[in-house]
Amino acid sequence: MEIINKYGLHARPAMQLVETANRFSSKIELSNGTLAVDAKSIMSVMRLAGTKGTILIISADGADAQEAADAIVALVNDGFGEMDEG
Amino acid sequence: MKIKKGIAVSPGVAIAPAVVLDTEEYDIPMRHVPVDRAQAELARLQKAVAVSKKEVLDLKKHTAQRMSKETAKIFDVHLGLLSDKVLQKKFSETVLSGCVTAEYAVATVLRGYAKEFLAMPEYLAERVKDVYDIERRLLRNLIGQSRQTLSHLTRDVVLLAHDLTPSQTAAMDRTHVRGLAIDAGGKTSHTAIVAHALGLPAVVGLNDLTADTEAGRTVIIDGYRGVVVIEPDEKTVDEYRLFAQQQTEFIHSLDALRDLPAITRDGHEVTLLGNIEFPSEVVTVLSKGGQGVGLYRTEFLYLGSDTEPTEEDHYRAYKHVIEACEGRPVVIRSLDLGADKYTQSRARTPERNPFLGLRSIRFCLQNLPIFRTQVRAILRASVGSHVSLLFPLITNLLELRQAKTVVRDVMEDLEEEKIDHQRDIPIGMMVETPSAALQCEAFAKEVDFFSLGTNDLVQYTLAVDRANEKVASMFSVAAPSVLRLIKEVIRTGQRYDVPVSLCGEMAGDPLYTALLLGLGLTVFSCAPPAIPEIKKVVRSITMEHARGIARRVMSFDSDKETINYLRSEMRNILPEAYAE
Repeated sequence: MEIINKYGLHARPAMQLVETANRFSSKIELSNGTLAVDAKSIMSVMRLAGTKGTILIISADGADAQEAADAIVALVNDGFGEMDEG
Repeated sequence: MKIKKGIAVSPGVAIAPAVVLDTEEYDIPMRHVPVDRAQAELARLQKAVAVSKKEVLDLKKHTAQRMSKETAKIFDVHLGLLSDKVLQKKFSETVLSGCVTAEYAVATVLRGYAKEFLAMPEYLAERVKDVYDIERRLLRNLIGQSRQTLSHLTRDVVLLAHDLTPSQTAAMDRTHVRGLAIDAGGKTSHTAIVAHALGLPAVVGLNDLTADTEAGRTVIIDGYRGVVVIEPDEKTVDEYRLFAQQQTEFIHSLDALRDLPAITRDGHEVTLLGNIEFPSEVVTVLSKGGQGVGLYRTEFLYLGSDTEPTEEDHYRAYKHVIEACEGRPVVIRSLDLGADKYTQSRARTPERNPFLGLRSIRFCLQNLPIFRTQVRAILRASVGSHVSLLFPLITNLLELRQAKTVVRDVMEDLEEEKIDHQRDIPIGMMVETPSAALQCEAFAKEVDFFSLGTNDLVQYTLAVDRANEKVASMFSVAAPSVLRLIKEVIRTGQRYDVPVSLCGEMAGDPLYTALLLGLGLTVFSCAPPAIPEIKKVVRSITMEHARGIARRVMSFDSDKETINYLRSEMRNILPEAYAE
């Protein structure tokens, strides 16, 4: 998935992503091509330097893996709800 | 075994395991803990995390209404960071496998992340602020913990620190601390004052002592020679135990002087008083033969607790001191806070030069409620006793008059409220700035007594920071310029019949007793443990001899000449103390 909102993975979206990931029991990993991190850790997610245009790859493993992946993909594709804010 | 040389500021020998305090600054030196302590360090860290989380939650709750959504999100990020399991795992690994302190783990792990963020595009790099914020918060809570440890020690220890703040010493468990060794500082730094007051050996100016010492290791503090030995071998320990014993015997021989009068060999009377910070120290003053309290430093009423003292808190403390003195004179100094958390936290922007800033009497005159509360309590507590009020850091007549006006106002209030109070309380001022010393004639007409504060007088006159180890060696009460000011103040006092006392550390240094007597000083107020030795010097010389010494000293051009001369004189006067 591609980050499409203007300011990318800044504080609010990063927290949103982490909060979403923490709703699920599966192990969820996010990668930006060079770095793969635990999506449930805010510190780790911030390290991805997710600017607009960054491609993120998500992988999940566990009972609710599909649900988890879908939820996060939806969040990113929705631009974290920031798409109509100039 | 490592031997470090610093500046001896308080005599004595201590041999005990070390408690090492980190500073609140950002550079945390590498500090190992013994393997069996690692688990406990991790527990400390986890506790600090829990406390920090609660703090942020409270902050968020209380500012919720006034904040924008974006600002509120910052707290969420901080909470997220504090709950972050990956981060906790990193902390845990660092502490357990590196056997390091919680503080060191926090600093290294978080700065590692900070470095990564700094390399990112601007608005993402903003996140580094959150990381630093978490670091500060965690460190603050960890240091808060160690301060807890400081006030609840279970065995005898020596205290090693980069610097000791007044609030740390106020919180210190005095029954278990046996010695002090500090990286920073000079001869009259705060550490020296506390060490003298408690009769503890202390060495300062050790530079990298705290970086080089592991908590829990045995340390010897030699307050005579200014030496600190880390992990001494058996031979060294034995030598020091013997040495300590010999010194103790000398001190006990001095105790025999307690009930003897402080009179020179040719019959001149001298008054020896004690400096205190806590009411409980009056006992020590009297047991050492002090004739009263020449300086009651009241700052500790503020620094020793988290909340501002009430009028009743003041009153109780003063009453305690006055009653313990049983009619003997007590000089209470009004608040002399400055360059510390109290005045700095209230400032909108921290002062760039707090020592020349809004401190002490200036702070009081700009914060009248605080000042009036203290004055009220002093006036009420002093009924029917020999209490005097002392203003610190007076530099001009206007200040003095303003302060006296406050006292008059408070008296009027008490009069109206029909509350009993001391109506004719003597009011004096500290002479601790060149301004006060140079204008002492004008001041003499408006005060009831002078008190020479040589610690600060030397600082301001020589323009040297007594706590700065880089220039500490330049600090000297024997500087000719300082001695000239002291002499002038004493002379002026004699001319205008204004009693002059000296309450700086100089009063407790037997090296200068003869000189001061010769210059005309008759009232000395010093740390209680020093009183016996000062009395011994007084009783060992004649005033004629003292005057001769003073005349000679005033002809010298440098502090070194003066000190060498005084040392050779003292070898004749008190051979057993100046043998080496």
